[in-house]
Amino acid sequence: MINYLSSLPAACTQGIIWGIMAIGVYITYKILDIADLTVDGSICTGAAVCAMMVINGQPMWLALIASVIAGMLTGLVTGIFHTFMGIPAILSGILTQLILWSVNLKIMGAANQSLSATKYNLLISRLNLDRSIIILQLLAIALIIVLYWFFGTEFGSSVRSTGANLNMSRAQGINTSFTKIIGLVISNGIVALSGALLAQYQGNADINMGKGAIVIGLAAVIIGEALFGWLCRNNFALKLIVVVLGGIVYYIVYTTVIYIGLDADLLKMLSALLVALFLAVPYWKGKYFSGVKNVEKRALKQEKKAAKKAARKNKKEVA
Amino acid sequence: MLELKDVRKTFNPGTINAKKALQGVDLHLNAGDFVTIIGGNGAGKSTVMNAIAGLWPIDSGTIKINGKDVAGLPEHKRAKYLGRVFQDPMMGTAATMEIQENLAIAARRGNHRTLRWGISSKEKKMFREMLAVLGLGLEDRMTAKVGLLSGGQRQALTLLMATLKEPKLLLLDEHTAALDPKTAAKVLELTDNIISEKKLTAMMVTHNMRDAIAHGNRLIMMHEGRIIFDVSGEEKKALTVDALLEKFSQSSGQEFSNDRALLS
Repeated sequence: MINYLSSLPAACTQGIIWGIMAIGVYITYKILDIADLTVDGSICTGAAVCAMMVINGQPMWLALIASVIAGMLTGLVTGIFHTFMGIPAILSGILTQLILWSVNLKIMGAANQSLSATKYNLLISRLNLDRSIIILQLLAIALIIVLYWFFGTEFGSSVRSTGANLNMSRAQGINTSFTKIIGLVISNGIVALSGALLAQYQGNADINMGKGAIVIGLAAVIIGEALFGWLCRNNFALKLIVVVLGGIVYYIVYTTVIYIGLDADLLKMLSALLVALFLAVPYWKGKYFSGVKNVEKRALKQEKKAAKKAARKNKKEVA
Repeated sequence: MLELKDVRKTFNPGTINAKKALQGVDLHLNAGDFVTIIGGNGAGKSTVMNAIAGLWPIDSGTIKINGKDVAGLPEHKRAKYLGRVFQDPMMGTAATMEIQENLAIAARRGNHRTLRWGISSKEKKMFREMLAVLGLGLEDRMTAKVGLLSGGQRQALTLLMATLKEPKLLLLDEHTAALDPKTAAKVLELTDNIISEKKLTAMMVTHNMRDAIAHGNRLIMMHEGRIIFDVSGEEKKALTVDALLEKFSQSSGQEFSNDRALLS
């Protein structure tokens, strides 16, 4: 048990890193209504750029900025595939992801680069969790403030409306190709930032570290919404905070499941199934629970209940 | 104001599904004209609208708004000149955004969208007054998501959004066809009011011949991608549904095939 409790700070740290990543996913998936698979590659791009910059003696702030810019460029590539070349969004993301596999290998020069906290002066590390958690919290809050501002501006609103209604946006003079590209650029910049943080946390950048990242990001978005959605009241900043909380919960569950003794090999499958299940819920709701029949059934039930109540009341009064 | 010259468009050219949607449309609108457009299914009514709005490039011809050739401009650049209301109430508004956010986006049509805050308190006040004029109670629900509104409310809002920034030309594409008769009449009345108040130039496609006669100062009938009949002024005022049907069979050599248009 003590073992388990002592592993929770690590879970929280990782949770915030993936929560930041999930904010990137939120921007494409929820705001732009695009499932962007670029992130599986761009998270590694962020890690790779940060690792190589630090290893080559560059200061941390520069390494982080370079990571974000590299991530933004990956989003730009997907955006150009999608808008200028007319390729469906999912396929555009997959293409960029494959491109990034080669690019990331070229950046790192190998499949793995170690980034030891004992050797380099890192911003966060699993060897110093207290400091890491504080820094990550501040980073997440700063990011949410900037995004809250941006999506409240005239231009940010036009990005939101692009995802909400493409037709209306064009009719109102919004260049929806441009807003889509900007959305993808911002999203992947954030994802690359989380990659840079993740590489420092785990002490290495690895070509495989992005595998299934989109699923974890979606899981964080979905879990956050399911557990804390009632908190939001349509406030955008709260929605983003909830996404980060979703990431933390995901990693606490992850740690718990491992502690219980579940085969770690199965975790990716379970994550995917969890996401599939949650994605199905709104569909099922629409299909099986909102039909005319069901509405009638529910109305009937309610009437019966009301009748029973009235009958009971009558009895009481008579008595 | 608007000038179409020999506008042609064929969909799916060179295939078995090729459809000559516009076969040389010539049209000149004066400032302040309110034109109603009627015709059977597939006559090219909506296609003319979409050609003006720039949903796709036309094959040949010119489209000029206020003397400026817009045929080469993409849809979002032409939006500067155009206010548009669609048949589907879902199309003209963003369901997941607030009423005031939708209006704020419409207020910036044709402007450069900057990093200034998306809606000002001055605007909120203005929007509230404009919504109050609609008489739908929307002025007290400015932060409600548009998805919560009824079809009629959404069309009224779309109409407001289309004319908030005064358009050079207002395009109404059967914008009451999806509404129940009572709501449709209300939205039409609102349309008339806005157009006459702001002295807008407008085009309205409709399936309903009575509406086409009752509204606007000019009426155009289309058939097989061409304008076959064009009346205005006193002559238009004197029109009846029967006379229109007569005119249709004269000009096209066919019976008017769409019963719905006659009865609705």
